[in-house]
Amino acid sequence: MSDQHTPEQVTDAETTAVHAEPRQEAEARLQPIKWKFPITYALLALLSLSAFTFLSPTGAVTQFRLATGSDFVALPAVNVPSFAGALVLSLLQLAMAALAIYCAARRIKLGVWLPMLFGLFFVLAFLIYAGAGRGAFIPVVTLLAGALMLSVPLIFGAMCGLVGERSGIINIAIEGQLLAGAFLAAVAASFFTSAYVGLLAAPFAGAAVGGLLVWFAVKYHVNQIIVGVVLNVLVIGLTSFLYSTVLTQNSELWNARQQLPRLPIPGLSQIPIIGPVLFNQTILVYLMYVIVFALHILVFKSRWGLRMRAVGEHPKAADTVGINVPRTRIFNTVLAGGIAGLGGAYFTVGQGLAFGQEMSAGQGFIALAAMILGRWNPKGALLAALLFGFSTSVGQVLSTIGTPVPSEMLLMLPYVITIFAVAGFVGRVRPPAAEGVPYIK
Amino acid sequence: MSTEKKNNDDAPAAPGGALKEAESRLHYAVRELSQSSWVITLLSVVVALVVGALLILATNPQVQATTGYFFAQPGDFFLTSFEVIRDAYSALFRGAVYDWQAATPDRAIRPITETLVNAVPLILAGLGIAIGFRSGMLNIGGQGQIILGATCAAFIGYAFNLPVGAHLLLALVGGALGGAIWGGIAGVLKAKTGANEVIVTIMLNNIALYLLAWLLRQQWFVQTGSNQPIAAPVEDSARLFGLLGTGFRLHAGILLAIAATVFVWWLLERSTLGFEFRAIGENPDAARTAGINVPKATALVLIIGGGLCGLGGAAHLLGTEYRLGAGIAGTLGFDAITVALLGRSKPLGTFLAGVLFGGLRAGGVLMQAQTGTPIDIVLVLQSVIVLLIAAPPLVRAIFFLPNPDGTAKSPRRRRLKDQQAAEAAQEPAPTQEVTK
Repeated sequence: MSDQHTPEQVTDAETTAVHAEPRQEAEARLQPIKWKFPITYALLALLSLSAFTFLSPTGAVTQFRLATGSDFVALPAVNVPSFAGALVLSLLQLAMAALAIYCAARRIKLGVWLPMLFGLFFVLAFLIYAGAGRGAFIPVVTLLAGALMLSVPLIFGAMCGLVGERSGIINIAIEGQLLAGAFLAAVAASFFTSAYVGLLAAPFAGAAVGGLLVWFAVKYHVNQIIVGVVLNVLVIGLTSFLYSTVLTQNSELWNARQQLPRLPIPGLSQIPIIGPVLFNQTILVYLMYVIVFALHILVFKSRWGLRMRAVGEHPKAADTVGINVPRTRIFNTVLAGGIAGLGGAYFTVGQGLAFGQEMSAGQGFIALAAMILGRWNPKGALLAALLFGFSTSVGQVLSTIGTPVPSEMLLMLPYVITIFAVAGFVGRVRPPAAEGVPYIK
Repeated sequence: MSTEKKNNDDAPAAPGGALKEAESRLHYAVRELSQSSWVITLLSVVVALVVGALLILATNPQVQATTGYFFAQPGDFFLTSFEVIRDAYSALFRGAVYDWQAATPDRAIRPITETLVNAVPLILAGLGIAIGFRSGMLNIGGQGQIILGATCAAFIGYAFNLPVGAHLLLALVGGALGGAIWGGIAGVLKAKTGANEVIVTIMLNNIALYLLAWLLRQQWFVQTGSNQPIAAPVEDSARLFGLLGTGFRLHAGILLAIAATVFVWWLLERSTLGFEFRAIGENPDAARTAGINVPKATALVLIIGGGLCGLGGAAHLLGTEYRLGAGIAGTLGFDAITVALLGRSKPLGTFLAGVLFGGLRAGGVLMQAQTGTPIDIVLVLQSVIVLLIAAPPLVRAIFFLPNPDGTAKSPRRRRLKDQQAAEAAQEPAPTQEVTK
């Protein structure tokens, strides 16, 4: 070979060098160009330009507050001229959309940084527009802390759904598991007057619901979605019944408020903005970091994870190599229930609230959505749950400072995004192959 | 029990002596009995009532008081327990069927009409869900479809001014259309992109909830002139008329429910479209091979199912509530799923299941008022019933009924039996710790 390689030749040489996948490469080259994302970027950028920029009152200023009163490093508030700020961000988005279109036409793959950066600019432009000339600060730390707070049960719930579905059990009962966890956490914490006891008890409630689910699914082959739906009703009924009888008859004994204390991590919690958000939390939130990180490793890198995925994808093959399919499914679903139960504890002891009827309020279903949007992947589910928490948090903050966009629309956003996701718009969503199928030898 | 007798008489003579024959006859009868879905349903209701009774006992302060001196006077405990259970369940019955303590005959028969009032939306929405189940689609979106149906019906009901018959008709059609659109979104997405209808309908439930919350803040929508998140009452001309005069809430919605039951029966059992629905439910690949347009049928299932749910929401609003509020659907959507499951997705079964759950709800109100037992117990009863009827082997195990061994007449049953045997061998007993 001569030294004068053109880029074409280099890629050709590379393709032939990879012996395993020459055909796949060739197919990838022949696939039609995907215009979906570049066009979406362009539309969103135009929306940002037309709505957020030109609807901002001229001369208005948007104020961002970057610190709370108790911060170690008190950053000053930032004033952004609304029109100019939104204009700059919108132009940046347009440039990125143009880049995406160019790269799509040239079949150049772009990294994950583009959608993330694009999303950040879009959200910032929206915040500038929403806070323009309102005379109120947009509390950035509160916004982010709220986002994390609202995400905690979602993340636990999504991890629960992930472990269950990866082993082939569809879990619609996440809602019930969260509620059961919240209930038992409140009752145990109140009875023993210790929030930590509540935290210890919560997983058992979630695991019990998970156990019921998997018992009916594996032993009686009942449709898992149906069991899930019915279990939700059962848990709502049971907890509401016990709440109206035992818990209200003697609320000091059974339903007194207990709160997990905040444990700021020295050093880390003093980082401006993210310190107070991420590292001044209760043990439950730290536990969440550990669980997400552990699952991220274990699902793909451990024997347990490999077996779980095998059972969820192809139980017959797993059985053939000696994996006990029902036992794996039972163990994993009960374990997953425990994770969701921990998430439920967040509603009561995590926030220092007493138990209230149906206090999980549909969060289990959003967790399910987050797991699907995250493509049955711990990292993806985490990001999706954070996104959902963030959009809710933005809705809450904006409804207090007054907003041009109805808060209901922002609250709807997670669900709409999920529908787009399962309809195949946001990439292809593929569940584990044997999900929901009872394994019958 | 009549079924038992009948089975006994019909049992074929087994070879052997008279004694042996009688024994095998009895076995056959018991086995047949334990196969019957009616018996399983009945036994499920019994188990649910026992579970409910245990819950009531465990939380009743009087009973708790007697446990304090249980060993001194155990009679007290049992007597109090009996009285508590008797009071609760007799109140449930009097609230649902016939109130023998009522002052006037009108009052005495009012409970059964209240049961029917509650049953109307449950039956209509349950039928909508049942069509989905029969076609192999799990429509969890009853809640959203009911909300949309009620919203459209309400808006037509107070925003337009029309003559009596036409107004009601338009409101009902509007409600059905609202539900059909909401179900249709899931149906079309499933047909076009293969999007899982379970996920899409769950998401649509929540979207409908926020959509309604937003609409109720819009003045052009609520037309009340106040900031209350509740819409104007529906005009008289759009209300479902009462059937029994003053003092009764029973309205023409029950006729609608009966008509819908007949329609769904005709659709599923007698029409070509219904055959296609059932075909894609049984085996989509075979249906496609047979020339059925599977995507079209898929979309139509959810459109018609959504329409029925929407009609349920409309009937609930136009017949009972009259004013649209954020909580219009209550838990109707999820109750409808349990109704369809209990009715085994058959039209008549769904109708009866709707009446049963409507009765539980009506009786639960009186039970709560008279004995202080929270109405939430009804949810527990409902879910236990449905869980059990979904798992007949469990019910048979609870009552020590024989499993369908030996009499595996059809290949399907034989296969089922083999599955169960294989599974029993496979699973040690993780179930025991789970049940606790």
